[in-house]
Amino acid sequence: MNGVQKRLLPWIITLGFFVLWQIVCVVFRIDVFILPAPTAVIQSLYTFFGPIMANAAQTLFTTLLGFAIAVGFGLLLGLIVGASRTIYDGLYPVMVGFNSIPKVAVVPVLVIWFGIGTIPAVVTAFVISFFPIVVNVATGLATIEPEMQDVMRVLGARKWQIMVKIGVPRSMPYFFASLKVAITLAFIGSVIAETVAANSGIGYLMMAASSRFDVPLVFAGLLVIAVMGIVMYELFAVLERRITFWATRAHDIVS
Amino acid sequence: MSKHSSLPFIDIRGADLAYGGASADGLLALSDVSLKIGKGEFVAVVGPSGCGKSSLLKLVSGLHPPLKGQVWVAGETVTGPLKICGMAFQNATLLPWRTALSNVLLPLEIVEPHAQRFRRNRAEYLTLARDLLASVGLAGFENKYPWQLSGGMQQRNSLCRALIHSPELLLLDEPFGALDPFTREELWDVVQALWLKRRPTVILVTHDLREAIYLADTVYVFSQRPGRVLSRTEIRLPRPRTLADTYKTEFTDMTHALREQIATVHRP
Repeated sequence: MNGVQKRLLPWIITLGFFVLWQIVCVVFRIDVFILPAPTAVIQSLYTFFGPIMANAAQTLFTTLLGFAIAVGFGLLLGLIVGASRTIYDGLYPVMVGFNSIPKVAVVPVLVIWFGIGTIPAVVTAFVISFFPIVVNVATGLATIEPEMQDVMRVLGARKWQIMVKIGVPRSMPYFFASLKVAITLAFIGSVIAETVAANSGIGYLMMAASSRFDVPLVFAGLLVIAVMGIVMYELFAVLERRITFWATRAHDIVS
Repeated sequence: MSKHSSLPFIDIRGADLAYGGASADGLLALSDVSLKIGKGEFVAVVGPSGCGKSSLLKLVSGLHPPLKGQVWVAGETVTGPLKICGMAFQNATLLPWRTALSNVLLPLEIVEPHAQRFRRNRAEYLTLARDLLASVGLAGFENKYPWQLSGGMQQRNSLCRALIHSPELLLLDEPFGALDPFTREELWDVVQALWLKRRPTVILVTHDLREAIYLADTVYVFSQRPGRVLSRTEIRLPRPRTLADTYKTEFTDMTHALREQIATVHRP
């Protein structure tokens, strides 16, 4: 496959997906209340363009804010957990337990604490997305080759020097891989919170639309979330390739 | 080859080394090892696999304390990791995010007094590193990443990193084990040339008897686990040694003699 074909492939497959969706809706005459055809969704997107964009901006804001806190907190905790075997062993069960809690169940608690609005969405985006960052950064630090540690120790390197010179750069590929996962999770978190406890945002818009049985608008909301997710994912994929090119070199050789 | 000073640079007396502590299930890797290594001496350690050769390096470098016995290096008892060592392993362990040049500079960012002077005297250190890379045949590869270098080049790069801070003690743990025979023999010459020029004390752990004889002043044969010193052979061949020397009877006889000893060890 040459370069141009490779670049076109995702677009062709996405387009094919919508064409198939359209065909299914038309051929089986599916009711618009059950599954609106892409044309109906786009129609709705056009009609409600202003409100959709305003709410999308709100969702993007809460998601990115929650995500940014998750990155800072996750990176810090990951470095601490990865640097010490004792902290790793001690903290891991708590973190796994915390991560196992369905975040939807946390939203009502957040409403009690913070009321309805932006804060529960930000906090939900944060709590849902920090875990993969912590685990990945900690893994990158904890898996430094023993030989490499020996090389450093016989130079008289202190623990923090080994961490700074080897641990941190070494965990960067893990960190960027986790960002791609975390940003999509952050969208899930903020939209969940918006559907339960908000008066703006795409989640709120979808709930409002479904209560009016405006199913095409619900799907328009889903589409906008998906597009935002793809754009953010791609952004971090590009950053990853730029910054930790040395870890993804295998792909360059293949292509 | 007995021009080393009378006081040994490394002095190991009756050392045991065990992994997993002194408990019954602890694995005894070295048993009652005693040996003396003079300053600037090139020592090779051979023996069957799993005989604790690498453990000897951990013992000398202070990375692992002895269970029993004592280790002196440069007149002082070893109590923790030494700070005068350069190390190279079978795996080159280069940092993939650093270029060849930058990998060589790593020790200078750690070892005093270089670390303090590093920022201000960067140009001077860069020249030093470039010269060293050139001396092992890596001129023009300074800005390549490890994954852009062949196995032999990575190992040359790794040797440079072990030597850049002019360590008094160089520990080589099967550094050529993963290379093809031609590259390996090329690197023997590289190591010999570097050693002749700088004269660090070297302990080379190897499986290759020809390599041991080619490079070393003294070859120690170790027994199977737990490792003990079985024999000490002085290699009195003149230097610099060449590949042609390795086909002379004197050389092959020594190889056979050592081979014989290892075979005896292997017999139950």
